[in-house]
Amino acid sequence: MRVGVLSVQGAFAEMAAYWRARGADVFEIRQRSDLDRGMDVLALPGGESTVQGKLLGELGLFDPLKAKIEGGLTVFATCAGLILLAEKIDDPGRSDDTRPERWFGVLPVAVRRNAYGRQLGSFRTVGTFDGKSNVPMTFIRAPAITAILSPEVEVLSEFNGQPTAVRWRNITAFTWHPELGPA
Amino acid sequence: MEDRQELNRNLAQMLKGGVIMDVTTPEQAKIAEQAGACAVMALERIPADIRAAGGVSRMSDPAMIKGIQAAVSIPVMAKCRIGHIAEARILEAIEIDYIDESEVLSPADDVRHIDKNKFNVPFVCGARDLGEALRRIGEGATMIRTKGEPGTGDVVQAVRHMRKMQSEIRRVVSLRDDELYEAAKELAAPLDLVKYVHENGRLPVVNFAAGGVATPADAALMMELGAEGVFVGSGIFKSGDPAKRASAIVQAVTNWQDSKLLAKLSENLGPAMVGINADEIETIMEERGK
Repeated sequence: MRVGVLSVQGAFAEMAAYWRARGADVFEIRQRSDLDRGMDVLALPGGESTVQGKLLGELGLFDPLKAKIEGGLTVFATCAGLILLAEKIDDPGRSDDTRPERWFGVLPVAVRRNAYGRQLGSFRTVGTFDGKSNVPMTFIRAPAITAILSPEVEVLSEFNGQPTAVRWRNITAFTWHPELGPA
Repeated sequence: MEDRQELNRNLAQMLKGGVIMDVTTPEQAKIAEQAGACAVMALERIPADIRAAGGVSRMSDPAMIKGIQAAVSIPVMAKCRIGHIAEARILEAIEIDYIDESEVLSPADDVRHIDKNKFNVPFVCGARDLGEALRRIGEGATMIRTKGEPGTGDVVQAVRHMRKMQSEIRRVVSLRDDELYEAAKELAAPLDLVKYVHENGRLPVVNFAAGGVATPADAALMMELGAEGVFVGSGIFKSGDPAKRASAIVQAVTNWQDSKLLAKLSENLGPAMVGINADEIETIMEERGK
Protein backbone atom coordinates (compact mmCIF):
# COMPACT_ATOMS: atom_id res chain seq x y z
CA MET A 1 0.00 0.00 0.00
CA ARG A 2 1.34 3.44 -0.94
CA VAL A 3 0.51 6.37 1.34
CA GLY A 4 1.18 9.99 0.41
CA VAL A 5 1.51 12.17 3.54
CA LEU A 6 0.86 15.87 3.05
CA SER A 7 4.11 17.30 4.44
CA VAL A 8 3.84 21.06 4.04
CA GLN A 9 3.63 21.73 7.80
CA GLY A 10 2.77 19.94 11.04
CA ALA A 11 3.09 16.43 12.44
CA PHE A 12 3.80 14.79 9.09
CA ALA A 13 6.73 12.75 10.44
CA GLU A 14 4.43 11.21 13.08
CA MET A 15 1.81 10.47 10.42
CA ALA A 16 4.45 8.82 8.21
CA ALA A 17 5.65 6.69 11.15
CA TYR A 18 2.05 5.66 11.90
CA TRP A 19 1.63 4.31 8.36
CA ARG A 20 5.09 2.73 8.19
CA ALA A 21 4.28 0.85 11.40
CA ARG A 22 1.31 -0.58 9.49
CA GLY A 23 3.51 -1.78 6.65
CA ALA A 24 2.78 1.01 4.18
CA ASP A 25 5.20 2.43 1.66
CA VAL A 26 5.17 6.13 2.60
CA PHE A 27 6.22 9.25 0.69
CA GLU A 28 6.00 12.97 1.47
CA ILE A 29 3.93 15.41 -0.56
CA ARG A 30 5.57 18.83 -0.56
CA GLN A 31 4.96 19.99 -4.11
CA ARG A 32 2.98 19.22 -7.21
CA SER A 33 5.53 16.89 -8.80
CA ASP A 34 5.25 14.59 -5.75
CA LEU A 35 1.70 13.73 -6.84
CA ASP A 36 3.02 11.95 -9.95
CA ARG A 37 4.11 9.03 -7.79
CA GLY A 38 0.60 7.73 -7.29
CA MET A 39 -0.93 6.63 -3.98
CA ASP A 40 -3.59 4.40 -2.48
CA VAL A 41 -4.14 6.64 0.54
CA LEU A 42 -3.77 10.39 1.09
CA ALA A 43 -2.94 11.18 4.73
CA LEU A 44 -3.59 14.72 6.01
CA PRO A 45 -1.70 15.27 9.31
CA GLY A 46 -2.22 17.59 12.27
CA GLY A 47 -0.68 21.03 12.28
CA GLU A 48 -2.08 24.49 11.68
CA SER A 49 -4.93 24.48 9.15
CA THR A 50 -4.31 28.13 8.19
CA VAL A 51 -0.68 27.37 7.31
CA GLN A 52 -1.47 24.16 5.46
CA GLY A 53 -4.36 25.75 3.54
CA LYS A 54 -2.19 28.62 2.41
CA LEU A 55 0.72 26.41 1.37
CA LEU A 56 -1.61 24.05 -0.55
CA GLY A 57 -2.57 27.02 -2.71
CA GLU A 58 0.91 28.51 -3.10
CA LEU A 59 2.54 25.21 -3.99
CA GLY A 60 -0.08 24.30 -6.61
CA LEU A 61 -1.29 21.29 -4.62
CA PHE A 62 -4.82 22.41 -3.86
CA ASP A 63 -6.63 21.75 -7.15
CA PRO A 64 -5.03 18.40 -8.04
CA LEU A 65 -5.54 17.08 -4.49
CA LYS A 66 -9.14 18.25 -4.43
CA ALA A 67 -9.75 16.48 -7.75
CA LYS A 68 -8.22 13.26 -6.37
CA ILE A 69 -10.31 13.44 -3.18
CA GLU A 70 -13.49 14.06 -5.16
CA GLY A 71 -12.46 11.25 -7.50
CA GLY A 72 -12.63 8.76 -4.64
CA LEU A 73 -9.02 8.54 -3.37
CA THR A 74 -8.99 7.11 0.18
CA VAL A 75 -8.28 9.92 2.66
CA PHE A 76 -7.15 9.64 6.29
CA ALA A 77 -7.18 12.98 8.10
CA THR A 78 -6.48 14.16 11.64
CA CYS A 79 -7.12 17.50 13.37
CA ALA A 80 -6.01 20.20 10.89
CA GLY A 81 -6.59 17.65 8.11
CA LEU A 82 -10.23 17.30 9.20
CA ILE A 83 -10.63 21.09 9.20
CA LEU A 84 -9.33 21.27 5.62
CA LEU A 85 -11.89 18.63 4.55
CA ALA A 86 -14.96 19.99 6.36
CA GLU A 87 -17.79 21.49 4.39
CA LYS A 88 -18.32 24.22 7.00
CA ILE A 89 -16.04 25.98 9.45
CA ASP A 90 -18.23 27.13 12.30
CA ASP A 91 -16.28 29.53 14.55
CA PRO A 92 -18.68 31.80 16.39
CA GLY A 93 -17.11 35.04 17.56
CA ARG A 94 -14.02 34.70 15.43
CA SER A 95 -13.51 36.84 12.36
CA ASP A 96 -13.47 35.13 8.97
CA ASP A 97 -9.96 36.36 8.18
CA THR A 98 -8.50 33.89 10.70
CA ARG A 99 -9.78 30.98 8.59
CA PRO A 100 -7.56 29.05 6.22
CA GLU A 101 -7.21 30.86 2.90
CA ARG A 102 -8.81 27.82 1.29
CA TRP A 103 -9.94 24.36 2.29
CA PHE A 104 -11.34 21.38 0.41
CA GLY A 105 -14.86 21.61 1.85
CA VAL A 106 -15.91 18.14 0.72
CA LEU A 107 -16.77 16.31 3.95
CA PRO A 108 -20.39 17.01 5.03
CA VAL A 109 -19.68 18.09 8.61
CA ALA A 110 -19.27 21.43 10.38
CA VAL A 111 -16.18 21.91 12.55
CA ARG A 112 -15.31 24.43 15.22
CA ARG A 113 -11.60 25.13 15.55
CA ASN A 114 -9.94 25.03 18.99
CA ALA A 115 -13.30 23.97 20.41
CA TYR A 116 -11.76 22.93 23.76
CA GLY A 117 -9.83 26.18 24.17
CA ARG A 118 -6.14 26.93 24.09
CA GLN A 119 -3.29 24.55 24.93
CA LEU A 120 -4.37 24.31 28.60
CA GLY A 121 -7.56 22.70 27.24
CA SER A 122 -5.64 19.95 25.43
CA PHE A 123 -6.31 16.53 26.96
CA ARG A 124 -6.05 12.79 26.64
CA THR A 125 -8.76 10.22 27.17
CA VAL A 126 -9.65 6.66 26.21
CA GLY A 127 -12.76 5.74 24.29
CA THR A 128 -14.40 3.47 21.79
CA PHE A 129 -13.40 3.85 18.18
CA ASP A 130 -15.18 1.92 15.43
CA GLY A 131 -16.32 -0.75 17.90
CA LYS A 132 -12.88 -1.08 19.52
CA SER A 133 -12.75 -0.06 23.19
CA ASN A 134 -9.95 1.49 25.27
CA VAL A 135 -8.43 3.40 22.37
CA PRO A 136 -6.18 6.24 23.60
CA MET A 137 -7.25 9.58 22.16
CA THR A 138 -5.09 12.70 22.26
CA PHE A 139 -6.74 16.07 21.64
CA ILE A 140 -4.32 18.96 20.94
CA ARG A 141 -6.01 22.38 20.63
CA ALA A 142 -8.53 20.16 18.92
CA PRO A 143 -11.48 21.03 16.75
CA ALA A 144 -14.97 19.64 17.40
CA ILE A 145 -17.51 18.35 14.91
CA THR A 146 -20.54 20.52 15.69
CA ALA A 147 -22.89 19.21 13.02
CA ILE A 148 -23.25 16.26 10.68
CA LEU A 149 -24.60 17.48 7.35
CA SER A 150 -25.46 14.19 5.62
CA PRO A 151 -27.14 10.96 6.78
CA GLU A 152 -24.35 9.10 4.97
CA VAL A 153 -21.79 10.19 7.58
CA GLU A 154 -20.94 7.39 10.00
CA VAL A 155 -19.77 8.36 13.50
CA LEU A 156 -16.79 6.25 14.63
CA SER A 157 -16.07 7.80 18.03
CA GLU A 158 -17.57 10.35 20.38
CA PHE A 159 -16.54 12.45 23.36
CA ASN A 160 -19.20 13.97 25.64
CA GLY A 161 -21.86 13.04 23.10
CA GLN A 162 -20.11 14.87 20.25
CA PRO A 163 -18.64 13.01 17.26
CA THR A 164 -14.82 12.95 17.25
CA ALA A 165 -14.21 10.67 14.27
CA VAL A 166 -16.32 10.09 11.17
CA ARG A 167 -16.35 8.08 7.99
CA TRP A 168 -18.00 9.23 4.78
CA ARG A 169 -17.48 7.51 1.48
CA ASN A 170 -13.69 7.53 0.87
CA ILE A 171 -12.85 9.77 3.86
CA THR A 172 -12.00 8.90 7.48
CA ALA A 173 -11.37 11.95 9.66
CA PHE A 174 -10.49 12.51 13.33
CA THR A 175 -10.55 15.51 15.68
CA TRP A 176 -7.94 13.60 17.76
CA HIS A 177 -4.57 12.10 16.88
CA PRO A 178 -4.43 8.33 16.32
CA GLU A 179 -0.83 8.88 15.13
CA LEU A 180 0.18 10.11 18.61
CA GLY A 181 -1.12 7.06 20.43
CA PRO A 182 1.08 4.02 21.02
CA ALA A 183 1.88 2.45 17.64
CA MET B 1 1.68 15.91 35.26
CA GLU B 2 3.38 13.40 32.97
CA ASP B 3 0.33 13.55 30.73
CA ARG B 4 0.61 17.35 30.59
CA GLN B 5 4.26 17.04 29.57
CA GLU B 6 3.30 14.67 26.79
CA LEU B 7 0.44 16.90 25.59
CA ASN B 8 2.78 19.87 25.60
CA ARG B 9 5.39 17.96 23.59
CA ASN B 10 2.56 17.03 21.22
CA LEU B 11 1.67 20.69 20.60
CA ALA B 12 5.27 21.37 19.58
CA GLN B 13 4.98 18.43 17.14
CA MET B 14 2.04 20.20 15.51
CA LEU B 15 4.21 23.30 14.97
CA LYS B 16 6.94 21.44 13.10
CA GLY B 17 7.83 22.48 9.59
CA GLY B 18 6.52 25.91 10.50
CA VAL B 19 7.64 29.44 11.23
CA ILE B 20 6.97 31.22 14.52
CA MET B 21 7.05 34.99 14.14
CA ASP B 22 7.61 37.81 16.65
CA VAL B 23 4.78 40.34 16.60
CA THR B 24 4.15 43.47 18.66
CA THR B 25 0.56 44.37 17.67
CA PRO B 26 -2.69 42.59 16.68
CA GLU B 27 -2.20 43.99 13.16
CA GLN B 28 1.24 42.39 12.86
CA ALA B 29 -0.19 39.16 14.26
CA LYS B 30 -2.81 39.12 11.50
CA ILE B 31 -0.15 39.78 8.85
CA ALA B 32 1.90 36.91 10.28
CA GLU B 33 -1.07 34.51 10.37
CA GLN B 34 -2.07 35.38 6.82
CA ALA B 35 1.53 34.92 5.68
CA GLY B 36 1.44 31.37 7.09
CA ALA B 37 3.01 31.62 10.57
CA CYS B 38 2.26 28.46 12.58
CA ALA B 39 2.36 30.52 15.80
CA VAL B 40 3.18 34.04 16.90
CA MET B 41 5.35 35.31 19.75
CA ALA B 42 3.65 38.31 21.34
CA LEU B 43 6.10 40.85 22.71
CA GLU B 44 6.20 44.60 23.24
CA ARG B 45 9.51 45.09 21.52
CA ILE B 46 11.25 42.82 19.09
CA PRO B 47 14.81 41.82 20.01
CA ALA B 48 16.46 44.39 17.72
CA ASP B 49 14.60 47.18 19.53
CA ILE B 50 15.28 45.66 22.96
CA ARG B 51 18.94 45.75 22.00
CA ALA B 52 18.68 49.37 20.84
CA ALA B 53 16.72 50.52 23.91
CA GLY B 54 18.95 48.85 26.52
CA GLY B 55 17.81 48.86 30.16
CA VAL B 56 15.76 46.10 31.76
CA SER B 57 13.52 44.12 29.47
CA ARG B 58 10.53 42.34 31.05
CA MET B 59 7.43 40.29 30.28
CA SER B 60 4.98 42.12 27.99
CA ASP B 61 1.76 43.76 29.23
CA PRO B 62 -0.91 41.01 29.51
CA ALA B 63 -3.46 43.35 27.88
CA MET B 64 -1.25 43.59 24.81
CA ILE B 65 -0.87 39.78 24.71
CA LYS B 66 -4.64 39.30 25.06
CA GLY B 67 -5.19 41.65 22.12
CA ILE B 68 -3.03 39.37 20.01
CA GLN B 69 -4.76 36.23 21.32
CA ALA B 70 -8.09 37.70 20.19
CA ALA B 71 -6.79 38.60 16.73
CA VAL B 72 -5.58 35.20 15.51
CA SER B 73 -6.53 31.50 15.60
CA ILE B 74 -2.97 30.12 15.64
CA PRO B 75 -1.14 29.48 18.95
CA VAL B 76 0.17 32.54 20.79
CA MET B 77 3.44 32.41 22.71
CA ALA B 78 4.96 35.01 25.04
CA LYS B 79 8.27 35.46 26.82
CA CYS B 80 9.06 35.55 30.51
CA ARG B 81 12.43 36.33 32.05
CA ILE B 82 14.74 33.43 32.89
CA GLY B 83 13.90 32.28 36.43
CA HIS B 84 10.89 34.60 36.80
CA ILE B 85 8.33 32.19 38.27
CA ALA B 86 5.75 34.93 38.82
CA GLU B 87 5.85 36.19 35.24
CA ALA B 88 5.39 32.60 34.07
CA ARG B 89 2.38 32.18 36.38
CA ILE B 90 0.85 35.36 34.97
CA LEU B 91 1.29 34.07 31.42
CA GLU B 92 -0.25 30.75 32.44
CA ALA B 93 -3.19 32.62 33.98
CA ILE B 94 -3.98 34.32 30.66
CA GLU B 95 -3.83 30.88 28.98
CA ILE B 96 -0.87 31.50 26.77
CA ASP B 97 -0.24 28.51 24.48
CA TYR B 98 3.54 28.42 25.06
CA ILE B 99 5.90 30.35 27.34
CA ASP B 100 9.38 31.18 26.06
CA GLU B 101 11.67 31.42 29.10
CA SER B 102 13.93 33.67 27.15
CA GLU B 103 17.42 35.12 27.25
CA VAL B 104 16.11 37.98 25.09
CA LEU B 105 14.64 39.51 28.25
CA SER B 106 16.81 40.50 31.21
CA PRO B 107 17.30 37.42 33.42
CA ALA B 108 15.48 37.54 36.79
CA ASP B 109 17.67 34.77 38.22
CA ASP B 110 21.27 34.57 37.06
CA VAL B 111 21.73 30.94 38.15
CA ARG B 112 18.47 29.00 38.11
CA HIS B 113 15.78 28.50 35.52
CA ILE B 114 12.10 27.97 36.35
CA ASP B 115 11.04 24.47 37.45
CA LYS B 116 8.80 24.08 34.45
CA ASN B 117 7.57 20.65 35.57
CA LYS B 118 5.41 22.55 38.07
CA PHE B 119 3.37 24.21 35.34
CA ASN B 120 0.53 22.98 33.16
CA VAL B 121 1.39 25.41 30.37
CA PRO B 122 4.23 24.41 28.01
CA PHE B 123 7.66 26.04 27.85
CA VAL B 124 10.19 26.49 25.09
CA CYS B 125 13.79 27.36 26.06
CA GLY B 126 16.93 28.36 24.21
CA ALA B 127 20.06 26.20 24.15
CA ARG B 128 23.53 26.46 22.63
CA ASP B 129 24.51 22.84 22.95
CA LEU B 130 23.20 19.42 23.90
CA GLY B 131 23.91 19.72 27.63
CA GLU B 132 22.00 22.99 27.88
CA ALA B 133 19.08 21.54 25.90
CA LEU B 134 18.87 18.45 28.13
CA ARG B 135 19.10 20.55 31.32
CA ARG B 136 16.13 22.61 30.14
CA ILE B 137 14.17 19.46 29.20
CA GLY B 138 14.96 18.04 32.63
CA GLU B 139 13.41 21.19 34.15
CA GLY B 140 10.30 20.57 32.05
CA ALA B 141 10.80 22.40 28.74
CA THR B 142 8.77 20.61 26.05
CA MET B 143 10.36 22.38 23.09
CA ILE B 144 13.91 23.62 22.46
CA ARG B 145 15.26 26.30 20.15
CA THR B 146 18.80 27.34 19.47
CA LYS B 147 19.65 30.63 21.11
CA GLY B 148 21.46 32.19 18.19
CA GLU B 149 22.10 35.86 18.86
CA PRO B 150 18.69 37.56 18.82
CA GLY B 151 18.03 40.90 17.19
CA THR B 152 21.16 40.88 15.05
CA GLY B 153 19.99 39.49 11.71
CA ASP B 154 23.27 37.56 11.81
CA VAL B 155 22.66 33.81 11.56
CA VAL B 156 26.20 32.76 12.57
CA GLN B 157 25.39 31.92 16.20
CA ALA B 158 22.27 29.94 15.34
CA VAL B 159 24.39 27.91 12.92
CA ARG B 160 27.07 27.40 15.56
CA HIS B 161 24.51 26.26 18.16
CA MET B 162 22.61 23.93 15.82
CA ARG B 163 25.80 22.35 14.47
CA LYS B 164 27.18 21.85 17.96
CA MET B 165 23.95 20.28 19.22
CA GLN B 166 23.68 17.93 16.24
CA SER B 167 27.31 16.83 16.40
CA GLU B 168 27.02 16.18 20.14
CA ILE B 169 23.88 14.10 19.47
CA ARG B 170 25.82 12.04 16.92
CA ARG B 171 28.62 11.56 19.42
CA VAL B 172 26.24 10.37 22.18
CA VAL B 173 24.67 7.92 19.72
CA SER B 174 28.11 6.46 18.98
CA LEU B 175 29.02 5.78 22.62
CA ARG B 176 28.96 2.40 24.34
CA ASP B 177 26.24 2.01 26.99
CA ASP B 178 28.81 2.07 29.80
CA GLU B 179 30.20 5.39 28.54
CA LEU B 180 26.89 7.23 28.96
CA TYR B 181 27.43 7.93 32.68
CA GLU B 182 30.59 9.88 32.00
CA ALA B 183 28.88 11.60 29.05
CA ALA B 184 26.05 12.73 31.34
CA LYS B 185 28.65 14.14 33.73
CA GLU B 186 30.49 15.98 30.95
CA LEU B 187 27.28 17.36 29.49
CA ALA B 188 26.00 18.19 33.00
CA ALA B 189 22.72 16.66 31.89
CA PRO B 190 20.27 14.13 33.40
CA LEU B 191 21.34 10.55 32.66
CA ASP B 192 17.89 9.34 31.53
CA LEU B 193 17.81 12.07 28.88
CA VAL B 194 21.34 11.24 27.70
CA LYS B 195 20.17 7.62 27.35
CA TYR B 196 17.17 8.78 25.35
CA VAL B 197 19.44 10.64 22.93
CA HIS B 198 21.73 7.61 22.70
CA GLU B 199 18.81 5.34 21.75
CA ASN B 200 16.85 7.69 19.51
CA GLY B 201 19.48 9.94 17.92
CA ARG B 202 17.46 13.06 18.66
CA LEU B 203 16.20 15.26 21.47
CA PRO B 204 13.07 13.96 23.20
CA VAL B 205 11.31 17.20 22.19
CA VAL B 206 10.96 19.27 19.03
CA ASN B 207 14.00 21.43 18.19
CA PHE B 208 13.63 24.74 16.31
CA ALA B 209 16.22 27.26 15.16
CA ALA B 210 16.13 30.84 16.43
CA GLY B 211 18.24 33.97 16.59
CA GLY B 212 19.35 35.91 13.54
CA VAL B 213 17.22 34.29 10.81
CA ALA B 214 16.46 37.06 8.29
CA THR B 215 16.01 35.53 4.82
CA PRO B 216 14.40 32.48 3.16
CA ALA B 217 17.95 31.20 2.59
CA ASP B 218 18.75 31.54 6.31
CA ALA B 219 15.64 29.51 7.12
CA ALA B 220 16.53 26.83 4.56
CA LEU B 221 20.08 26.68 5.97
CA MET B 222 18.77 26.00 9.46
CA MET B 223 16.46 23.25 8.16
CA GLU B 224 19.43 21.71 6.32
CA LEU B 225 21.33 21.65 9.63
CA GLY B 226 18.56 19.73 11.38
CA ALA B 227 16.09 22.32 12.67
CA GLU B 228 12.46 21.18 12.70
CA GLY B 229 11.15 24.70 12.15
CA VAL B 230 12.30 28.29 12.74
CA PHE B 231 11.57 31.31 14.87
CA VAL B 232 11.92 34.62 13.08
CA GLY B 233 12.17 37.56 15.42
CA SER B 234 13.28 40.92 14.17
CA GLY B 235 13.85 39.60 10.64
CA ILE B 236 10.30 40.13 9.42
CA PHE B 237 8.91 43.36 10.83
CA LYS B 238 12.30 45.10 10.58
CA SER B 239 12.37 44.44 6.83
CA GLY B 240 11.01 46.40 3.88
CA ASP B 241 8.03 44.20 2.97
CA PRO B 242 7.09 42.08 6.02
CA ALA B 243 4.11 40.21 4.47
CA LYS B 244 6.07 39.12 1.42
CA ARG B 245 9.19 38.17 3.37
CA ALA B 246 7.15 36.26 5.95
CA SER B 247 5.35 34.28 3.27
CA ALA B 248 8.63 33.52 1.47
CA ILE B 249 10.26 32.24 4.68
CA VAL B 250 7.25 29.99 5.36
CA GLN B 251 7.54 28.39 1.92
CA ALA B 252 11.31 28.11 2.27
CA VAL B 253 10.91 26.06 5.46
CA THR B 254 8.53 23.61 3.73
CA ASN B 255 10.64 23.24 0.59
CA TRP B 256 14.16 23.88 1.90
CA GLN B 257 15.53 21.18 -0.40
CA ASP B 258 14.22 22.79 -3.60
CA SER B 259 16.88 25.30 -4.69
CA LYS B 260 14.92 26.52 -7.71
CA LEU B 261 11.97 27.41 -5.55
CA LEU B 262 14.29 29.05 -2.98
CA ALA B 263 15.77 31.19 -5.76
CA LYS B 264 12.30 32.34 -6.74
CA LEU B 265 11.31 32.98 -3.13
CA SER B 266 14.43 35.09 -2.59
CA GLU B 267 13.60 37.46 -5.46
CA ASN B 268 12.44 41.05 -4.91
CA LEU B 269 11.85 40.81 -1.19
CA GLY B 270 12.94 44.41 -0.65
CA PRO B 271 15.54 45.32 1.95
CA ALA B 272 16.26 42.74 4.67
CA MET B 273 16.73 44.01 8.22
CA VAL B 274 19.97 45.95 8.28
CA GLY B 275 21.44 43.75 10.95
CA ILE B 276 24.37 44.07 13.27
CA ASN B 277 27.42 41.89 13.02
CA ALA B 278 27.24 39.50 15.97
CA ASP B 279 30.91 40.27 16.77
CA GLU B 280 30.25 43.98 17.12
CA ILE B 281 27.56 43.93 19.77
CA GLU B 282 27.95 44.70 23.45
CA THR B 283 25.07 42.74 24.95
CA ILE B 284 25.59 39.01 24.42
CA MET B 285 22.15 37.53 25.07
CA GLU B 286 23.20 33.95 24.42
CA GLU B 287 25.38 34.05 27.55
CA ARG B 288 22.28 34.47 29.73
CA GLY B 289 21.19 31.27 31.50
CA LYS B 290 23.28 28.14 31.03
